[in-house]
Amino acid sequence: MKLLVPVKRVIDYNVKVRVKADQSGVDLANVKMSMNPFDEISVEEAVRLKEAGSAEEIIAVSIGPQQAQETIRTALAMGADRGILVKTDETVEPLAVAKILKGIVAEESPDLVILGKQAIDDDCNQTGQMLAALLGWPQGTFASKVELADGKVNVTREVDGGLQTVALNVPAIITTDLRLNEPRYASLPNIMKAKKKPIDEKTPDDYGVDIAPRLSVLKVTEPPTREAGVKVASVAELVDKLKNEAGVI
Amino acid sequence: MTSLVIADHDNNELKDTTHKTVTAAQAIGGDIVILVAGSGCAAVGEAAAKINGVSKVLVADAPYLEKHLAEPMADLIVGLAGDYDNILIPATTTGKNVLPRAAALLDVSQISDIVAVEGADTFVRPIYAGNAMQTVQSSDAKKLITVRTTAFAAAEEGGSASVETIDAPADSGLSGFVSEDLSDSDRPELTAAKVVISGGRGMQSGENFAMLEKIADKLGAAVGASRAAVDAGFVPNDYQVGQTGKVVAPELYIAVGISGAIQHLAGMKDSKVIVAINKDEEAPIFQVADYGLVADLFTAVPELEEELTKAGL
Repeated sequence: MKLLVPVKRVIDYNVKVRVKADQSGVDLANVKMSMNPFDEISVEEAVRLKEAGSAEEIIAVSIGPQQAQETIRTALAMGADRGILVKTDETVEPLAVAKILKGIVAEESPDLVILGKQAIDDDCNQTGQMLAALLGWPQGTFASKVELADGKVNVTREVDGGLQTVALNVPAIITTDLRLNEPRYASLPNIMKAKKKPIDEKTPDDYGVDIAPRLSVLKVTEPPTREAGVKVASVAELVDKLKNEAGVI
Repeated sequence: MTSLVIADHDNNELKDTTHKTVTAAQAIGGDIVILVAGSGCAAVGEAAAKINGVSKVLVADAPYLEKHLAEPMADLIVGLAGDYDNILIPATTTGKNVLPRAAALLDVSQISDIVAVEGADTFVRPIYAGNAMQTVQSSDAKKLITVRTTAFAAAEEGGSASVETIDAPADSGLSGFVSEDLSDSDRPELTAAKVVISGGRGMQSGENFAMLEKIADKLGAAVGASRAAVDAGFVPNDYQVGQTGKVVAPELYIAVGISGAIQHLAGMKDSKVIVAINKDEEAPIFQVADYGLVADLFTAVPELEEELTKAGL
């Protein structure tokens, strides 16, 4: 079985996001960038499938600027075998990402594509579902458990009321949720080894994909802030305020 | 201009997230048609017909639509899409699963999780877990939109739209439902509750959540948790309120033993009144709380139960 794992370079999840004064976006200058946390879970799941003998090869792909190569190297250090960088400095919307990935799937013929359920920058939560649609493949989104069985993959999904398990024909798309696994830290020897693993460089044009955005960002602003309220001295005072001042109980 | 709103329901009951999505569709303008897709869901269709401002309800009833799996749902939506300028769905896990699949089949760039409508093609949505708000204008002829329902009031009932039964395309057989394990609780659902009481790492164990459940029963509240409490294994993941869990905006949110990480605040900061109980007076949760009580939760929560009893609850 061959696995394709798309990874996105995003602002590190520990960084406090600052909106630019001219409302054109958020400030990414000199900010630490990392692999999207959900994508780390995808890489980990792929590596575990390989370690269990269920998969032979893992290809990590990233679409983004030259520096996205570092994100691919991280995936290679975790255990992916080779990488593909689709280089562009433009913002690529999920629909165009899905179209590029479709082109890569046509060349590589993976059995499963495992993606993070959403990127923590644009919070779109679309790419996996869109790729599944374009390929005509089934999708198991928000996965907390993945089991291979008889030419099918059973995916247990995190849904609003609890958990739902679906059986998908293979090939299939899986998007990962937080509880699927805990991603490993790459060891130093594996980081060294990753430097020798091959990364192919491509462009969106190689796949014939028009990446012009369909959505134009008019502005990016600070969210409305909440003022801190008052401290109450006792539970009795709290209940009194909730009842008589706020009127919520 | 006509909008199609896809109803949120469990084949028996229509959820008020549908009413809220209708409000978002009204803000865009034009006629509104509701699609009820499911199995044995005729009663849901009747309920949807009562929402004010709806001109027609379409009911697609088929066994393979029962669990709202993405593959048959997207095929159904794509088949109907020609008649509509906008297609909206509540941003539940079902909406998030289904709509992008339909969007890609229609070659549309979806607009996820809108919290405001600025015009027929311009919408506001949170990015970076709600740490920034993005205003986007769509150049697609058709708009496919998921709606963050906590940001919209529910449309009233009192209408009487016509109900029409439609055929769904045949199931592709790509996927199948195996099983589900849904929380069984008499309490309201987290995203629909008027009052939510959540516990964090400070609760120390899953057993201690019983204290919160007692308060919840008095207030008719849902019980939630921070990611830290979920990661520690105190409660299941579907309790999680935050960036990676559920977004709630109740009348009253009570945070107990929750420090107030950005990731948690993203899921509850739009609540009307926020109460924080925490023994660490430096906890960031106090910066967003309307009422803060610096106290050990193991004495404060039982005391709260007593005071609520005294107050006649």
